Amino acid sequence: MKAYIRGIGQISPQQTFAKDDFLDTVVGYNTNMLFCIDPVYKEFINPLQLRRMSRTLRMGVTAAKICLTDSGIEMPDAVITGTGFGCIEDTEKFLLAMLNNNEQQLTPTAFMQSTHNTISGQVAIMLKCKEYNSTYVNRGFSFETALLDSLMLIAEGNAHKILLGGFDENSVNLHVTTERLGHWKKEKINSLQLLESKTSGTISGEGATFFMLTDKEDVNNYALLKGLSTLYKPENEKEVEQHTIDFLKRNNLSAADIDLVVCGLNGDVRTDGVYYHLRDKLFAETAGAYFKHLCGDYYTSSAFALWLSANAIKKQVVPEAVRLGKSPAAALKNILIVNHYRDINYSFMLVSQC
Amino acid sequence: MDALIVKLKTQIIEQLNLEGVSPDDISPDDSLFGEGLGLDSIDALELIVLLEKNYGLKIENPADGKKIFATIRSIAEYITANGKA
Amino acid sequence: MSERIAITGLGIISAIGDNVQQNLASLRAKRSGIGQIKYLETIHKGILPIAEVKHTDEELLQIAGIVEDTGYTRTALLGMIAAKEAFDNSGAKKGDGIRTALISATTVGGMGSTEKFYLDYINPEKTGDFVKYIDSHDCGDSAEKIADNLGIKDFITSINTACSSSANALMLGARLIKHGIVDRVVAGGVDGLTKFTINGFNTLMILDKEYCKPFDKNRTGLTLGEGSGFVVLESLDAAQKAGKQIYCELAGYANTCDAYHQTASSPEGTGAFLSMSSALALSGLKIEDIDYVNVHGTATQINDLSEGNAMIKFFGNKVPKFSSTKGYTGHTLGAAGGIEAVFSALSIHNNIIFPNLNFKDKLDEFDLVPVTDLIENAGVKNVLSNSFGFGGNNTSLIFSKA
Repeated sequence: MKAYIRGIGQISPQQTFAKDDFLDTVVGYNTNMLFCIDPVYKEFINPLQLRRMSRTLRMGVTAAKICLTDSGIEMPDAVITGTGFGCIEDTEKFLLAMLNNNEQQLTPTAFMQSTHNTISGQVAIMLKCKEYNSTYVNRGFSFETALLDSLMLIAEGNAHKILLGGFDENSVNLHVTTERLGHWKKEKINSLQLLESKTSGTISGEGATFFMLTDKEDVNNYALLKGLSTLYKPENEKEVEQHTIDFLKRNNLSAADIDLVVCGLNGDVRTDGVYYHLRDKLFAETAGAYFKHLCGDYYTSSAFALWLSANAIKKQVVPEAVRLGKSPAAALKNILIVNHYRDINYSFMLVSQC
Repeated sequence: MDALIVKLKTQIIEQLNLEGVSPDDISPDDSLFGEGLGLDSIDALELIVLLEKNYGLKIENPADGKKIFATIRSIAEYITANGKA
Repeated sequence: MSERIAITGLGIISAIGDNVQQNLASLRAKRSGIGQIKYLETIHKGILPIAEVKHTDEELLQIAGIVEDTGYTRTALLGMIAAKEAFDNSGAKKGDGIRTALISATTVGGMGSTEKFYLDYINPEKTGDFVKYIDSHDCGDSAEKIADNLGIKDFITSINTACSSSANALMLGARLIKHGIVDRVVAGGVDGLTKFTINGFNTLMILDKEYCKPFDKNRTGLTLGEGSGFVVLESLDAAQKAGKQIYCELAGYANTCDAYHQTASSPEGTGAFLSMSSALALSGLKIEDIDYVNVHGTATQINDLSEGNAMIKFFGNKVPKFSSTKGYTGHTLGAAGGIEAVFSALSIHNNIIFPNLNFKDKLDEFDLVPVTDLIENAGVKNVLSNSFGFGGNNTSLIFSKA
């Protein structure tokens, strides 16, 4: 199963919505809670629609629109999204109103937009796209299942161009709540020094990334997505290592064929070890890259990694800001993405030159 | 009545988050739904809560909203006839 | 890709029973699970009827066999109970080496616990036992707890496409098997009742103060319910060779989008028509082969009109026998497609058609009259089941006698 990436749109804590800027300048944050840089939404969404939209809806719909324009494809054959938490702002708004007003005088807008499939539905309504539409909501497998579903649809031959999205939204309340679980660093750091802290916890983040996948070759394609695999609650690092070897083997590759490993290092000393294990055992001679210092950690952050990898293949550049260890090879043919969410949901993606 | 109309305009703009619309942009006899201001069925539900919250008026059947919410003036008339504004 | 998919296990917990046997008995006896609110703490108690599973959270913990409550929400517990029944019913054994997926669907996830403790969650000064529920808010929590309980590791995911969610879980499950990604799938959905949902639907003014009346002229809205329904999917060929019990085949499925409005279906039912047409095309059946339609039939003004129009457009003047079972279970949202998949399988397996409760008068707009009494020896070979959700998400499944 494979698909070409034809177009991309991304809103993130970096200036990623502008097509020409490939992390030439990066933004560091002196907070452990990252939020997206907003484009001017009025340029993308009409005011009558915009007035009702929460932040994540604006981000998601705009990223989808940027992606559609970038791809030159007006009407997809399916819209598929993944999100761990869904529409947090609308959920919190309705929940707080309900709790504070003793279930009285509540209004419907936040509730009806709180469901996780609001963005896939809104995009379909906007495009009048009556085709397949789905939304996956399983933590660090949310974007991965959406991607798998897309690859299966293309392999089934019923869809040739698929609008695929991954999004999650941060909020102060969400950060404060999950801070109790030890997810975030206690000390304040600069996000760009994420890996230097050597403490437990990471920084929270968010983003909305859309891809146009197609089965057609085209000079404008970014890259070829060749493989995807997930792994749930591995017993130990050895199991992750074996899974990586098997995954590459299924794609007729070995570790030596990989030109760049994009990994989900998030600065949490409790769970970063597995990435170093893979580097030492399989990729000692391979260039590395990381990205969570740019977007923070969130359930669908692997979509950011895919954005990074597809652009790196197309532009044949690994931005300075993401480099790790050895310098990248002159030619980038195969990129392996390895990511995990809190040592529970592991995912592997293989992105290759077209 | 005129004071109520002005107040209603401000409340509606706030409740429905009508960004960039000022009270002067809405004439009391403009139709709020469809061709006019372009409100829809969800806005009607929001307006039902607005009347309940600010004027103590309960509309039980959403279908009744159609007539009441036709224009700002019709809302004002409904409040004057039934409410304690 | 031409592989056929069998249903080899069923599991359910709903307002009309804790397992398949109890649900079937209630369906036969026309025993509705709707009543006044008993377990949920809300100001709507005594005013809005709902269809609750007749157990406290503590009782559900016991039924699910949980010794220590490390943060099990009502949603997770209901899902664990129904998925376990389906898993056992199919003859599956924990760690039997068959590559297995768990696909669960839910719309509210752990909201039932979140809404109890949220004001404490967001106040860093507060501490207490509630902290154990924080990590169970998201939709993936219940799926992972269900999977862990059954020892499933090979593939896990959750779907939330609102009220069509668990029908989509079955659809994804069938496709995973056809693609050779796994050999067995436990697929379905679950939702526990919450204040969040009741108040949310209440703001849309689509909750009936009486028991819901699907496809009735005087319907005024839906009745919310809770529960969970799961099935086990396997390759039909492999299941037959292994001599397994086969309830029916999942012969067709399709998902489309109405692309009309966030909450309302289009009056003419465009998306519903498309999903029924595409599911039928995939099944290879002829339109007259459909013997029974388990309609979505929520009893809102808009759904029943839209779905009825879509059925007339699809079936012409030969609309088959149909009923909504939401008069029994209420609308169980993310669980509805799973629960109704179990009912569809039971319909074929037992050759019966279930009645549509609380129906009196047909709509003015069309001549459709649902089945109102239990039909035994109904000659059911093929069942169409519809599930529609917010965002215009429409899914149709077709179950056939294997």
